[in-house]
Amino acid sequence: MHVKEKIVQSSLFICALSSIAIILLIIFFIINEGLPAISRRGILDFILGGEWNATYSVYGILPMIVGTLAVTLLSLLISVPLGVGCAILLAEIAPPWARDIIKPAIGTLAGIPSVIYGFFGLVVIVPWIVAQFGGTGVSVLACGIVLAIMVLPTIISVSEDALRSVPREYREGAIAIGATPWQTVTGIVVPAASSGIVASIILAMGRAIGETMAVLMVGGSVVAIPDSIFSPVAPMTAVIALEFSYASGEHLSALYAIGIVLLLIIMLLNSVIHVMNSRRGMERA
Amino acid sequence: MFSKKVVIILLTTALIGAGAIFVGCSSPAPTPTPAAASAPLTGTLSVIGSTSVGPYAEELAAAFDAKNDDKTSVGVSQVGSGPGIKAVIDGTADIGMSSRELTDEEKAKGLVTYKICYDGIAVIVNKANPVNSLTMDQIRDIFAGNVTSWKQFGGDDAGIIVVTREAGSGTRSAFDELVMKKANITAKAIQQSSTGAVTAYVAGNKNAIGYISYGSLDVSQVRPVAVNGVEPSVATIKDGSYIIQRPFLLVTRGEATGLSKAFIEFVLSPEGQAMLAKHNLVTV
Repeated sequence: MHVKEKIVQSSLFICALSSIAIILLIIFFIINEGLPAISRRGILDFILGGEWNATYSVYGILPMIVGTLAVTLLSLLISVPLGVGCAILLAEIAPPWARDIIKPAIGTLAGIPSVIYGFFGLVVIVPWIVAQFGGTGVSVLACGIVLAIMVLPTIISVSEDALRSVPREYREGAIAIGATPWQTVTGIVVPAASSGIVASIILAMGRAIGETMAVLMVGGSVVAIPDSIFSPVAPMTAVIALEFSYASGEHLSALYAIGIVLLLIIMLLNSVIHVMNSRRGMERA
Repeated sequence: MFSKKVVIILLTTALIGAGAIFVGCSSPAPTPTPAAASAPLTGTLSVIGSTSVGPYAEELAAAFDAKNDDKTSVGVSQVGSGPGIKAVIDGTADIGMSSRELTDEEKAKGLVTYKICYDGIAVIVNKANPVNSLTMDQIRDIFAGNVTSWKQFGGDDAGIIVVTREAGSGTRSAFDELVMKKANITAKAIQQSSTGAVTAYVAGNKNAIGYISYGSLDVSQVRPVAVNGVEPSVATIKDGSYIIQRPFLLVTRGEATGLSKAFIEFVLSPEGQAMLAKHNLVTV
């Protein structure tokens, strides 16, 4: 028995180590490939440069960073109220039979490939935007709407877990001192679950930042700082995907360098999640 | 301590990772065995490259496999002409698909090309757009961003929205070479990374103009414009009067042998050519 225990333990340990090693290798590789492009011009020029032109070897990624942040922010503005609202409904209000219908539906939404979302955006949302507002249709707005639909499942399921993990005593206490169910939800349950809800939002943000195929199809991929939500946009991931297949030399290195910046943004987000979760753990204790 | 969930996640991640590495390492370079004409063909073939040629190659591959009682397996992956040719040079693919002539740099690598058919490039507009004929120079002006309103060509008083393929695409490089000559496509152009996406976008936007392979043209969704007064059709591409056209090539490193040779011969056979002709491609 004891030997079995040891074997299981050490094999799990090896699994954990190998996945860490793989991730470190990937990070090392990307940094190694991307550094030449950054070091030639300096990180500031690279991040704050407004022009991207492979033909003339000008690599500035500010328009893409702005584009990524714009579409991500817009998608969160749309999806957070919807998602958190839906999570509250599922966790606090909906009868079990309704949950049994809604939960699998949301699960399905999470399983749809992003290229399908992209095509849906291209044939439904983009023409709708053209009909309503004119212009190109492919835009920050189109990306924001498509990404919002894509990250909804993440927000809903993680927020719902957070709401469900609020101890029953909190709710009972609130009702005992005369709070209405609505006051209980908004005044007690949601604040108690707030770090979990914020974590869901950050996870969703990570997904929105990393999404490639859908924004490639509905963004328009014009590398310029968008001046309104109706302007075409080229998020960082879209540029990498679009140009990776034929880039070489410094151009390729510059694409890897975009990857480094993306990696930094995602790492930052993950460490925020980590800090939040450990805070949550302390609240529990 | 680890919770059960974390352990499970770590375990699956590690397994998938290890699996990926294992698969990555364990696919040996395919060595085509020269098959005698009478012996049944067996083996696998990887065909990689142009997204313009890809759909037709898929169909040809399926027919080829069926013909050999599925003892052969021809895998087609569509990654673009450039990467496909590169894969053949690197030896990671048996056959490359290209929708453009090779560059001098590529030719120097000892590649052999097989012309399988010709494809026109259709310049497409929305079906509601009244403009139905443009000259080559007008098309160049539009795509270079020199002319920005449809009014100039008898259309609406609306801005022209230019849609282009990404720079690595075979259709794009053919369009650059055949239409743009030395001019650059405007930086304001909307970029789409597939024929389907260009079609879908132009179909949904009244003021858009794009270009796609004639073989993929779906007249129920978009309308091709006449170029220099000539509508694109199999006949006009064949007789050369429709001037925006290019070859579809299969590429091998050195003369094709074994299964590669058998597949290319099948494509060039009357049966294969008939399949291409069915898609409005112009046979060799």
